[in-house]
Amino acid sequence: MSDRHTPAGAREVLGADDISRALTRIAHEILEHNKGADGLVVLGIPTRGLPLAQRLAQRLAAVEPGFDPGTQLGTLDITMHRDDLHRAPVRPIGATHVPDDGIDDRTVVLVDDVLYSGRTIRAALDALSDVGRPRAVRLAVLVDRGHRELPIRADHVGKNLPTASSERVQVMLTETDGRDAVLISGEEA
Amino acid sequence: MDHLLSAADLSRADAVRILDTAAELAATQGREIKKLPTLRGRTVVNLFFEDSTRTRISFETAAKRLSADVINFAAKGSSVSKGESLKDTALTLQAMGADAVVIRHHASGAPHLLASSGWLRAAVVNAGDGTHQHPTQALLDAFTLRRHLVGPQPLGQDLAGLRVAIVGDVLHSRVARSNVDLLHTLGARVTLVSPPTLLPVGVETWPCEVSYHLDEVLAQGLDAVMMLRVQRERMSSAGGGFFPSPLEYSRRYGLDARRLAALPSHAVVLHPGPMNRGLEISATAADSPRSVIVEQVANGVAVRMAVLYLLLAGGRREDVS
Repeated sequence: MSDRHTPAGAREVLGADDISRALTRIAHEILEHNKGADGLVVLGIPTRGLPLAQRLAQRLAAVEPGFDPGTQLGTLDITMHRDDLHRAPVRPIGATHVPDDGIDDRTVVLVDDVLYSGRTIRAALDALSDVGRPRAVRLAVLVDRGHRELPIRADHVGKNLPTASSERVQVMLTETDGRDAVLISGEEA
Repeated sequence: MDHLLSAADLSRADAVRILDTAAELAATQGREIKKLPTLRGRTVVNLFFEDSTRTRISFETAAKRLSADVINFAAKGSSVSKGESLKDTALTLQAMGADAVVIRHHASGAPHLLASSGWLRAAVVNAGDGTHQHPTQALLDAFTLRRHLVGPQPLGQDLAGLRVAIVGDVLHSRVARSNVDLLHTLGARVTLVSPPTLLPVGVETWPCEVSYHLDEVLAQGLDAVMMLRVQRERMSSAGGGFFPSPLEYSRRYGLDARRLAALPSHAVVLHPGPMNRGLEISATAADSPRSVIVEQVANGVAVRMAVLYLLLAGGRREDVS
């Protein structure tokens, strides 16, 4: 709690070790459910879903040598499919990289940091249908904070985090923010 | 960005942002399903007072790939040919709920008038006005140059240090003006090559070098050469007598096989189209592997998608808190 990187009023609910363990567990869950790495494609949703997907891919490859991050890992940008584009200043478009073999008849695991309203995942499902027709789509998130506005649920969750909608959940990752942590702030604001 | 009126209005950051957006959009255009839902419910009007099939279908394709509704308003056979003023046309488009107006006009400054008059709230995109500006052409040329000459990771990069020659009828060319402005902003060194009669007054104040001799410029080592369309009519005395004959023009300023061979091996050849094969560019040069002329057309769609996205996707300034 005395970490100088933690902003005032923020509470750390997951540390680096917790995040690491959660990702390892999710990797095992994915492989167990899929009965191996065959036909799996892991797609990260920018910004923070991307490093999470990369870490997940490393763990999948470590457990199941048949998993090849080179052909089974990608990114899916959802900017063009968002339903709130007209409510904010124009957003930059991110990159979409889908494995060369495509996603047709594969099992796609979408990876994001926080599941909240579900609107990002709705946009991701639309974006996915423009790229191909997967056999199944599954969702892995580091944090599920509730307050869904659409009928969407995650298949693999790092941590269920009951929150008030006035609170702010912030995921920090080494790749984007310099360290690993999940923070909650704005409690009883 | 509220409008796109002139390449000279774009800062380096603006231009790089458009090129980066275009790069991501170009990647979506290789897919089986090329249409994106982003501008669903928005209306783009193509208001063309001058014939330009290529530019119009490029904008139309770009708008449709983003799911916008497109209305083509050609001056011929419309109320404009019955004497309607630009103001009344603009008021009509405003009443119809146009979100963007892509305008091509024979008068320099018409897009600026449309954007600044207060007649309509739509974003205005200049698709060529008189001999003034054609900013999306310059953007697609810059995009094409960056793709071929800046690597391996062009995102976020400008064109710093590239040497580009623009050859031909600079006097009547809004493409040349727009390109000089934009390529200079992006850090490229531009040389205009043209006979003295086809250079505008005041060209010495432009941010570029000027030469009358194509072979001398080619000998300096270029990264790209951009050929401009030359109208055959300008070669006769009836058309202004800018040059004695098409053949002489072609000998002195045309890109033929010999001049093509004088280019460094990495250099590319651009042309905004439509080409006069045998006049400013020979068939050998136009069809050579160095030529990126067909790719420019595809890049034009991606760049225009980027411009429409950046102008229309976000909330308008007064609506965004």
